[in-house]
Amino acid sequence: MPRTLSLPSKTKKTAAKKAARPVASKVAAKKAILQATLKAIPKATSKTAPKSAKVPVKAVTKAKSVAPEKVTLTASSKAEFSKSPFNSSLKPAQKINFLREMLRIRRFEQQALKYYNQGIMGGFLHLYNGQESVAVGTASLMNGHDEIITAYRDHGHALAVGMGMNECMAELFGKGTGCSKGKGGSMHFFAPDKHYWGGHGIVAGQTPLGLGLAFAIKYKKDKGCAVAFLGDGAVNQGVFSECLNMAALMELPIVFVIENNGYSMGTSLERSSAIRHSLASRAEGFDVDWSLCSGFDLYELRASLGEAMEKARTRYRPHVLEVATYRYYGHSVADANAKKYRSPEEIELYKTERDPITLWQNQLLAENVITQVGIDKIDAEAKAEAAAAAEFGIASPWPPEESIFEGIYHEVDHKTEAGQTGRFFFSE
Amino acid sequence: MPVITYRQALNDAFAEELTRDENVFLMGEEVAQYNGAYKVTEGLWERFGSKRVIDTPISEAAFLGLCVGAAMMGLRPVVELMFWSFAYVGFDQIINNAGCIRYMSGGLINVPMVIRGPANGGTNVGATHSHTPENFLANTPGLKVVCPATPYDAKGLMISSIRDNDTVCFMENTLLYGDLGEVPEGAYTIPLGVAEVKREGIDVSLIAHGRAVLTCLAAAEILSAEHGVEAEVVDLRSIRPLDEETILNSVAKTHRAVLVDENKPFCGVSSQIAALLAEHAFDDLDAPILRVTALDAPAIYSMPLEKLQLPDAQAVVAKVLSSF
Repeated sequence: MPRTLSLPSKTKKTAAKKAARPVASKVAAKKAILQATLKAIPKATSKTAPKSAKVPVKAVTKAKSVAPEKVTLTASSKAEFSKSPFNSSLKPAQKINFLREMLRIRRFEQQALKYYNQGIMGGFLHLYNGQESVAVGTASLMNGHDEIITAYRDHGHALAVGMGMNECMAELFGKGTGCSKGKGGSMHFFAPDKHYWGGHGIVAGQTPLGLGLAFAIKYKKDKGCAVAFLGDGAVNQGVFSECLNMAALMELPIVFVIENNGYSMGTSLERSSAIRHSLASRAEGFDVDWSLCSGFDLYELRASLGEAMEKARTRYRPHVLEVATYRYYGHSVADANAKKYRSPEEIELYKTERDPITLWQNQLLAENVITQVGIDKIDAEAKAEAAAAAEFGIASPWPPEESIFEGIYHEVDHKTEAGQTGRFFFSE
Repeated sequence: MPVITYRQALNDAFAEELTRDENVFLMGEEVAQYNGAYKVTEGLWERFGSKRVIDTPISEAAFLGLCVGAAMMGLRPVVELMFWSFAYVGFDQIINNAGCIRYMSGGLINVPMVIRGPANGGTNVGATHSHTPENFLANTPGLKVVCPATPYDAKGLMISSIRDNDTVCFMENTLLYGDLGEVPEGAYTIPLGVAEVKREGIDVSLIAHGRAVLTCLAAAEILSAEHGVEAEVVDLRSIRPLDEETILNSVAKTHRAVLVDENKPFCGVSSQIAALLAEHAFDDLDAPILRVTALDAPAIYSMPLEKLQLPDAQAVVAKVLSSF
């Protein structure tokens, strides 16, 4: 169960005081925070429940200025997360399905990477490897009335809500069989029938759209909420602050999920964001509830997000959930410095000790929900599905030339009366 | 037929559509309790309530984006920009989201919204409040751009715009809000993409949109009375879609074209019309295509100089006479 943030203990205070010291000690402090964070996060190889799971906290002492009743840290042990109302009634088949969905995303991304590196696939390719638990956990909480929207690292969310690998892969290849008919590319997947509203290329540009989804839900008296994803870099766009203000002012049913993978392109969190307590705590100034959670553990993600979504649905309380996560590849595959602005050791550490898929596999093995043979079978199926999707994408035809002028105006596409007066397109 | 203001004509259009379709809502800064910065939405909050007529904080990017998101879900937002000049704060939402989402989703998602407000200079408020971005917006396939000149057109075009399934950028004019004209009661529509010949003539075609249409009508009266020149005035009414046929028919009749535009000259609306005429009316023309536009400088504050910056009837008359 969530607990109220208590004031740091004496020993913590001393450590935090050191961390808060400027310039010279800052770098050391940040390293210390990273180490502390890594220690606190469950290890992939560990099968015992760790004592606590916290995300980085820059200067704990300063958290004093945050109204205590507003701040809830998520439950302190993995065992408690698994007993959360959002997890306790999960059936083995559901848990196995989460694993399958995460593996499908990972294998999809790896296939895409293969063809991108071969030069067969173009565009930008922002891979989701390492963050799979966030999209899968979120999709697993959607109730049929909830709506979600994300930025450009959108393949994981697309597959998690049920979009097919074929249509997604074909879109990456720019083919007419793609989910956007080859008109959107990697950053612009959409499936309104699956309550998935994209897939948006401009950092934070999707956040007010999420506000609009929430507005429409409330306007129509639907029984859902909107979940709008953004990265840690997007938090620094002005429009996101505007959104927090309006979400609170208009009492909109929305959860903003900050997928904090530590880097906005090549700029680390420390170099991009002035932080008092966390990114999420900026919500405090707008009277928006916020909390932190580790995205490495699916139980924790589901418990934290489930609670926030339920509160949005039933009480029209907006919420900001900051999820600690990590991406294994660069900002995009074209990110030439992906291993320069962070150490190879750091990447390796996350891969070996915090991988959400490995952690979940271990969890399911420990619960005797699945055997290693069972895991291998699911993984083989995911690989085969992704390979077949790539073949489908490659074999698919390019969109026909005439489709260039389709999909621009509804009235033109549907040959309505309004689509037939005046000239719409000005090419010869 | 009742004679009402341009402002009231718009207000009547909103009332008609708010009544007809529960998915329509109005949103913007000061549109509800304040009754609108220019009183265009006066009385609507009182009549339709806070669910349908909604005040926002000064956050153009957020509320424009909110309206795009709501429109994707099937609502029909009519969002006011206190000035179209303020659109620049939320340009990403208009261009990248309202303008591109339908295309990037392969036609899966529609964005049926109206973005409206005044877009004009000439009010002694300096450059930041005097922009006329119809050319910027019309440059974006996916958006429609409408610029009514009269109360009758304002109401009919607004109702069409609200019922349209694409995003319409609707540009009004603070200098026209008080203009009177005959406007029928009840709902009627004027299709987008249909220009209107506001005055028939045989000697020259004056082609304009928005307030410049009125400038042309005034110039045409002077030309007729003092110079024996009968000018035809073509009101584009919508920039995109564009009624090329009416433009070309007029020039085929008069063999002369003078384009009058409160937009800037470089890559402005008149540039597009000039290109059209050069491509399709070359053989009809007896004289070069001429233009009278806003002067190519930011809108100046100083009042007498600002007047010089915008086309007036005398400037149009002089330009027309120079073509003979």
